[in-house]
Amino acid sequence: MKNITNHQLYQMITANIKELVREPGVLFWGIVFPILMSLGLGVAFTKKKETVTSVAVIGKNHLIRQPDSASLIEVLLRTNKAPIEITRDGKITRRLVIPDEKLGNSTFIFCDLSWQQAMVSLKRGNLSMVVDEKGGALQYHFDPMNPDAQLSYLKLSKLFGNQGVMLKPAGDDIEPLTVTGTRYIDFLVPGLIAMGVMMSSMWGVTYNIIERRSKKLLRRMVATPMKRSNFLMALILVRTLMNFVEAGLLFLVASLVFGITIQGSIPALFVLFIAGNISFSGIAILLSCNTAKTEIGNGLINAVSMPMMVLSGVFFSYHNFPEWSIPTIQKFPLTMFADGIRSIVIEGAGFTEVGIPILILSISGALMFMAGLKLFRWH
Amino acid sequence: METIPAIEVTDVHKSFKTVHAVRGINLHIETGKFVAILGPNGAGKTTLVEMIEGIQVPDSGTIKIMGQTWRENEDQLRKIIGLSLQETHFIDKLTLWETLRLFASFFTIGADRCEEVLEMVGLREKRKAYVVNLSGGQRQRLALGISILNKPKILLLDEPTTGLDPNARREIWAILKKLKEQQHTSLILTTHYMEEAEQLCDHIVIIDQGIILREGSLDQLLGDVEIDIPPRIAERRKVTLDDLFTALTGRHLTEA
Repeated sequence: MKNITNHQLYQMITANIKELVREPGVLFWGIVFPILMSLGLGVAFTKKKETVTSVAVIGKNHLIRQPDSASLIEVLLRTNKAPIEITRDGKITRRLVIPDEKLGNSTFIFCDLSWQQAMVSLKRGNLSMVVDEKGGALQYHFDPMNPDAQLSYLKLSKLFGNQGVMLKPAGDDIEPLTVTGTRYIDFLVPGLIAMGVMMSSMWGVTYNIIERRSKKLLRRMVATPMKRSNFLMALILVRTLMNFVEAGLLFLVASLVFGITIQGSIPALFVLFIAGNISFSGIAILLSCNTAKTEIGNGLINAVSMPMMVLSGVFFSYHNFPEWSIPTIQKFPLTMFADGIRSIVIEGAGFTEVGIPILILSISGALMFMAGLKLFRWH
Repeated sequence: METIPAIEVTDVHKSFKTVHAVRGINLHIETGKFVAILGPNGAGKTTLVEMIEGIQVPDSGTIKIMGQTWRENEDQLRKIIGLSLQETHFIDKLTLWETLRLFASFFTIGADRCEEVLEMVGLREKRKAYVVNLSGGQRQRLALGISILNKPKILLLDEPTTGLDPNARREIWAILKKLKEQQHTSLILTTHYMEEAEQLCDHIVIIDQGIILREGSLDQLLGDVEIDIPPRIAERRKVTLDDLFTALTGRHLTEA
């Protein structure tokens, strides 16, 4: 038997692996960064958080009990045991906390301001709402397009509308959805895995080929009896292997930290993952087939990957986009790939549900690979 | 019996858009000969060598390597040719040994030959160094080592010492001289260093603007043409190829 270490495919695969693992930047951006991103976003969107909202009260001394006059807001705050606090610059404020075990506490910090001062603070983003007393009733001023201000209004108006008495703990009638599969992190991780495959193929294959062409290494290699198909196959195989490691680690961390599990068929997930790699490798070969300039390569990679990153529902659902655009978005390879992974991981899908995306991704990838090979410039 | 020439170039032309790079060149290189293609930058040296390498296709004319054309025999020819391009960058984060093993695998050559080559190019102590950490001269020796891995019948070196300091250049020459003694290899090297052509080659071809101005051995070239140099200079040094080139074109070899 011939020594396998003398085989060109073996040598090319090991050379590509060595090149990859010896570049710390590749390991950080390829493996560590997606894990950090999922941890960061997962923690940010799954942890109960306390919201703190600043509210301006128009007028002077509305926050302190006056012997000669009664301020409605002061009465309401006093009734709810909102203590007086003096800030470092000597301003009087009152802190009202609406406790909520399930959704996180809401804290409102009230401060006396003139209308003009309140507007300046609003413009600077230091305030969310302005409260005014008119005709013995409270008036709320806020930007109706600001969802945080709207939520604050709903909470405060509910409390103050009830004469400032909390009848029962806030959120008692709410049952937060925290079961696996319905959280943001469950939506995010499959999207990140799909995006990781796309970015890794684009940068790992496209950029690598263009750089080797620009450095005349491709030309040097094809001046030997090297099989051209072996060169491309080694590059794609190593990238696919790397993608498996990346996705596996990301999923492992998400599973340990957030308790994500695969609800559907693991063999279907495996085949879909291969199909996704075929698809993006095909695109990568087509993108890299002709140019020898890395600047053009950068532009091509960004032109293809950026729209998919934004539109394909990696970070948020593409159903937020206009209705007419959704059929087109659903045809993007990244959308198909991310939707497929999500349906297996979250919804418990199997081959029946993801069979068509697997076929489309594989066939389109193979066609693009062949087109790229046809146009490929080795010199 | 007539032997097949290593390389036979017949009336070859090549143009790029408006530039007529090679204009009707004929070359006949016998097996085992070391041939220098000498000319200034832009003379057409690289285009000619690229056509011999099979990288460029001539617009007209024929090129035969060991009696075979590229069109029908590319696979066989790739196995018997070794080449070194101008400024090839190898994979930065591979060691010198790994780079040799990679290229050796394209010819299905094992580790023993890589050891031999490492010894020949004097880089044994650098075998574990990454390519990115090699000096310019060491990289050029690596490129030369890769080009001789398959014990080529024809070796094509495109400006193998351009940009190297005199010491590094002499190291390359020493390797090539050893190769000339050891193997039955035909060499074509392009250069604009006349000293390189004088030191290494049996046959020198001077080209400019895509045509051959003169060719022959060093003695033939310097003996055939009457070169008019001032007596004051002639007293101090011998007539050189640069003097010949200046006599033929009015320019110096090293002029761009």
